[in-house]
Amino acid sequence: MQGTKDGYWKANISLLVKIFIVWFIVSFGCGILFVDQLNQFSFLGYPLGFWFAQQGSIYAFVVLIFFYAWRMEAIDREYGVEE
Amino acid sequence: MDLKTLTYLVVGTTFLLYIYIAIRARASSTTDFYVAGGDVHPIANGMATAADWMSAASFISMAGLIAFLGYGGSVFLMGWTGGYVLLACCLAPYLRKFGKFTVPEFIGDRFYSKTARAVAVVCLIIASLTYVIGQMKGVGVAFSRFLELDYDTGLYVGMTIVFIYAVVGGMKGITYTQIAQYCVLIFAYTVPAVFISLELTGNASPQLGLGGTVADGTPLLDKLNTVIGELGFNEYTSTEGNRLNTFFYTMSLMIGTAGLPHVIVRFFTVPTVKDARSSAGWALVFIAILYTTAPAVAAMARLNLVDTMNPGQIGSAEGSLSYEARPQWFKNWEKTGLLSFEDKNGDGRIQYYNDKNPEFTATAESYGWNGSELTVDRDIIVLANPEIAKLPNWVIALVAAGGLAAALSTAAGLLLAISSAVSHDLVKGMIAPNISDSAELMVGRISMGVAIAVAGYLGLHPPGFAAGTVALAFGLAASSLFPAIMMGIFSKRINRAGAIAGMVSGISVTLLYIFQHKGIMFIPGTSFLGDMEPNWLGGITPNAFGTVGAIVNFTVAFAVSRVTAPPPQEIQELIESIRVPQGAGAATH
Repeated sequence: MQGTKDGYWKANISLLVKIFIVWFIVSFGCGILFVDQLNQFSFLGYPLGFWFAQQGSIYAFVVLIFFYAWRMEAIDREYGVEE
Repeated sequence: MDLKTLTYLVVGTTFLLYIYIAIRARASSTTDFYVAGGDVHPIANGMATAADWMSAASFISMAGLIAFLGYGGSVFLMGWTGGYVLLACCLAPYLRKFGKFTVPEFIGDRFYSKTARAVAVVCLIIASLTYVIGQMKGVGVAFSRFLELDYDTGLYVGMTIVFIYAVVGGMKGITYTQIAQYCVLIFAYTVPAVFISLELTGNASPQLGLGGTVADGTPLLDKLNTVIGELGFNEYTSTEGNRLNTFFYTMSLMIGTAGLPHVIVRFFTVPTVKDARSSAGWALVFIAILYTTAPAVAAMARLNLVDTMNPGQIGSAEGSLSYEARPQWFKNWEKTGLLSFEDKNGDGRIQYYNDKNPEFTATAESYGWNGSELTVDRDIIVLANPEIAKLPNWVIALVAAGGLAAALSTAAGLLLAISSAVSHDLVKGMIAPNISDSAELMVGRISMGVAIAVAGYLGLHPPGFAAGTVALAFGLAASSLFPAIMMGIFSKRINRAGAIAGMVSGISVTLLYIFQHKGIMFIPGTSFLGDMEPNWLGGITPNAFGTVGAIVNFTVAFAVSRVTAPPPQEIQELIESIRVPQGAGAATH
């Protein structure tokens, strides 16, 4: 039982790490730190960095949460700890 | 039908709807009152969370701020949405599994300490109350503007309505009312945006219209950059400014979002852990509809405003709008004092440009301009936008109802968080543990009434720090509650001493920094360092300092926990149980 719980928690943490890497890249990375470099490109009529800061990061956040919910459900089942 | 009658009609109808729902869904038990019986569908809960979260600041102020800040306004867009990822992945599912009513209750149990619980109650009340004062002020302003009452009367009307449905309905009433309020506010926000986007770019989607092209074929953003550049303003998409501060500001708003108790408590109302995860996603979907529309509203309003003021070639005499020829909306807003004109060069025309830009001074002088003559309060942008774009009266009335829905729904959510902290954590948890269910409910209702009165009183005499209040609320939540909850779940080693030391030091550092730049309790003249850039630590503004507070909280908690005894065995087991969804029951007390 303890082994299952540890494995479950590790799988959870490793999913969170991936999610927060993407979360950081789309907002702090593309929207703030590298905004000038990305603004040299154009996307849907926007400068790319500006798009990330005012549109793209928000869409990405939504996708991230649903991805998290979907993956966690699978992990719950894999380790037999679902409700 | 004239605008005033129409506004009465639309606002009146929506209010009757809210009160009807509150009475239909009134709370009969403490479970109903605190967590809506714990059986709200995740999509419904997401919608209620969205209304709870989007306040008068999101609805009325944000687009106006972005309109004048351009790219700089992105901190609000990313900060107030990115926090939901933190909330969904780090807090919501675990707190749902924990299955209690309030945030301080979790902190008290996890850190096996009534002191920790009390510290959390104090943080929660200060953060929520400061936030609610801002909402009350928004309610007062909106009522007085649209119902043509004076500010004080407008505020009383608002207080009464909040009182009726928050006190009677509890969380159950609030949840269903907020769903109705979400529908009203999102409809009111997007309808004018769609009209304006169609008018300017021919694209019905504001999100695509912002990247679209205007009538002469130039991209809207390029056009805006050129037009405001000719008036000496920074380009709209310019990324000038302190990058470090932008970073910290965004982070502070994100952590604050995830740490605000009235949002966290929303995830106690769904039936399962699985629902808590997806509900956060739905909440963000509903929030994103407004948040991705806002930047389009901002840019288009700015362009419309500048175009209205400059009907001809910029620099020529006919280029500036004649004051006599000013449109009706201009006259309407002049009456409120939020829009004003001063004919500095005596030519009877309105020159609106950036007179703070030294590089533009020579150009302005060559045009015969003698300082910018138009003062626009940025908070009027969203409300005035439909009038500027000449949209029909029913749209304007709808925007009034939307702004009120936003302010009222947030005020109700915050008041509930305060009342549950008082009745459940303070009275039942510490003072009178044997209190009956119905007596506890009564204490909850009384404390909500008191909170409304206090917030209303402070709203009558606003200390004049709307922006500072919001910053304090976020800074407090970011530097105290979020780190404590997160460490409580993700670390087994953080103990009672560490958590208390962390919360106290995180909050103190944040408060000290805000007070030293903005004055003690914001009283002017008591700041010991001026609120100016050279005095800011690394250029970080007080508004962005919650991030530093949170870092201090984490660091102190880890250091103190290292040198003190680890938490007892039963707490280790509690943490293990929170971490797995299996066995989540309904929220209990």
